[in-house]
Amino acid sequence: MSSSASQSGRAGAARKRWQWRPLLATTPMALTAIGIFVVCVVYSVVLAFTRTKRFPTFDFVGFDQFGRLWHTSRWLASVENLLIFGVLFIAICLLVGFLLAVLMDQKVRMESAFRTVFLYPYAMSFVVTGLVWQWMLEPSLGIQNEVRSWGWSSFSFAPLTDPDFAIYGVIIAAAWQSSGLIMALMLAGLRGIDSDIWKAARVDGIPTWQTYLFIVLPMMRPVVVTSVVLLGASVVKVYDLIVAQTGGGPGISTEVPAKFVIDYITERGNAGQGMAAATMMLLPILLLVGPWVYNEYVRRGARP
Amino acid sequence: MAKIDGMTHSSLIGRAAVTPRSVSPRVRRRSTAAVAVRATAVVETQVDEGTAEALATAALQQLGQTDSVQPKPASRRRTQQRYGRLGIYGFLLLSALFFAIPLYVMIITSMKGMPEIRLGQLFSLPGDPTFAAWIKAWSQACTGVTCEGIQAGFFNSIKITLPSVALSILIGSINGYALSFWRFRGANLLFGILVFGAFVPYQVVIYPMIIGFREVGLYGTLTSIILVHTMFGMPIMTLLFRNYFASLPSELFKAARIDGAGFWQIFLQIMLPLAVPIIIVAVILQTTNIWNDYLLGLIFAGSDNLPMTVQLNNIVTTTYGVREYNVNMAATMLTAAVPLAVYLLSGKYFVRGIASGAVKG
Repeated sequence: MSSSASQSGRAGAARKRWQWRPLLATTPMALTAIGIFVVCVVYSVVLAFTRTKRFPTFDFVGFDQFGRLWHTSRWLASVENLLIFGVLFIAICLLVGFLLAVLMDQKVRMESAFRTVFLYPYAMSFVVTGLVWQWMLEPSLGIQNEVRSWGWSSFSFAPLTDPDFAIYGVIIAAAWQSSGLIMALMLAGLRGIDSDIWKAARVDGIPTWQTYLFIVLPMMRPVVVTSVVLLGASVVKVYDLIVAQTGGGPGISTEVPAKFVIDYITERGNAGQGMAAATMMLLPILLLVGPWVYNEYVRRGARP
Repeated sequence: MAKIDGMTHSSLIGRAAVTPRSVSPRVRRRSTAAVAVRATAVVETQVDEGTAEALATAALQQLGQTDSVQPKPASRRRTQQRYGRLGIYGFLLLSALFFAIPLYVMIITSMKGMPEIRLGQLFSLPGDPTFAAWIKAWSQACTGVTCEGIQAGFFNSIKITLPSVALSILIGSINGYALSFWRFRGANLLFGILVFGAFVPYQVVIYPMIIGFREVGLYGTLTSIILVHTMFGMPIMTLLFRNYFASLPSELFKAARIDGAGFWQIFLQIMLPLAVPIIIVAVILQTTNIWNDYLLGLIFAGSDNLPMTVQLNNIVTTTYGVREYNVNMAATMLTAAVPLAVYLLSGKYFVRGIASGAVKG
């Protein structure tokens, strides 16, 4: 009895003695987690309710900034563009990525050469991507002109100069940059499928494409979820691509929320409005990612 | 001890890229078919393949799978297969062409002269290849008020990238190690906040960070941009190392503890040497991420330290008179060169890096 008590006492003392080193070692982590991802986030949200211009003031005005925000045509255009961009970009990347992964999975020769070509755009920055595609989509010297010189004189493909289609030009560039990533993830997923499934499907006489679509694809749900999360995160953050490729134009036709916020806190000097927009950007993330992170890392991790 | 052990095990759960959790009912039916296949495999050693297939089909028909097709004549199937192969290669080659064209256009445009570019033949090879545009992009192009080319940006990017990569990996590895092997109060909550931070758009925290750095007099300095990159790289680096260390056998750690090794001793002498492969992945990931960054460099680096991506965009947008597409493309190639080289040299590590960048790790 007494020996066990003293033992546990010693263990407790030992644990206590060990504790301060990991705590000290993870101070940068604690400072970043709390300083940036709690304090700064909260500070931004608080400023969204103030009259802040270039420098922070705590002159509260309620929901005025939000009301004004949702009556700003540039913000409305930004949100609309983000939705179009997000849906199409994610859909195209998933489709192209899956298709390429399936074809690459057919024991093709020179697989690594194909993979290198499909994936290299992902190593390039969005600035580079934007500038290259801006040049290729140049109306008088780019693809449009080239195809016309082949004899198809009515060919028209210059999305970046047309306010109605400019955002689609941006989507092409973004999909070019990111599809290879999804291909790589999906290919890894396909390689992880149990080969018995394939034998069974073959015995069953199910055509290969049906096996892929109705049997393998549902089994790859975690890979698809991962891909969507990754692409989704990059959709919300899209900024450099727009700046490099279109600068938000023509007019406001390719503006996005991320650019709206940066422009308002820098050149426009209206941080209160910018922070209201940033809060709106945070909201979907908070609602979608928050519960998932809590469940995955805080609650589950806490269980021994 | 048991607690430490328990934690590493629980964090091992759900690591695999594809978990069988999501098997649909339809697939489950198929896996009964798979059992049938395994049964027929025994038969296969004695009878030929056709019979085994027929046997299996019969077995499946008994299971209620009557939708199997009649086997086609072998020759017809072979021709179909050959056309199928042609189709696969055709599609892959066309896709490869689509992916490769921008790089091709970038290179050939940068080697043309302006008169040739004005002819408007985007895809034709340069008639008289020249590196004049590259030299101009490197040392003479205007990046705003000065006209000294993109070279300053190149050296700025190196000054920013090297310390940021080193610092973020050092801190990330310590975090991952502490989280994997040492239980301390609040660790999970801190880590949860950090993972959440990986999803928070920069726009939400940038303004308070500007204010904060200005308060301490660091805003617009090399130090501030390095700190910013380290902080924003911390979620992904910590996750990467935490998952890696959690996959190591916990006996390793326990044995070291019994031998009396301390926190830093275990980290430096046991864990760090074991972590070399994941450090390579981290270096590749962070180098490309930080080199390719535009927004943070623009805002925090200050006008003296603007990274290459920002200078590149300045070259393209500040034009006096004619737009020099060849110089623009040469500057673009120069900016893309470093991550491109990293990608081509690293191969499978690059893929591993982005796969672990997929947050779940």
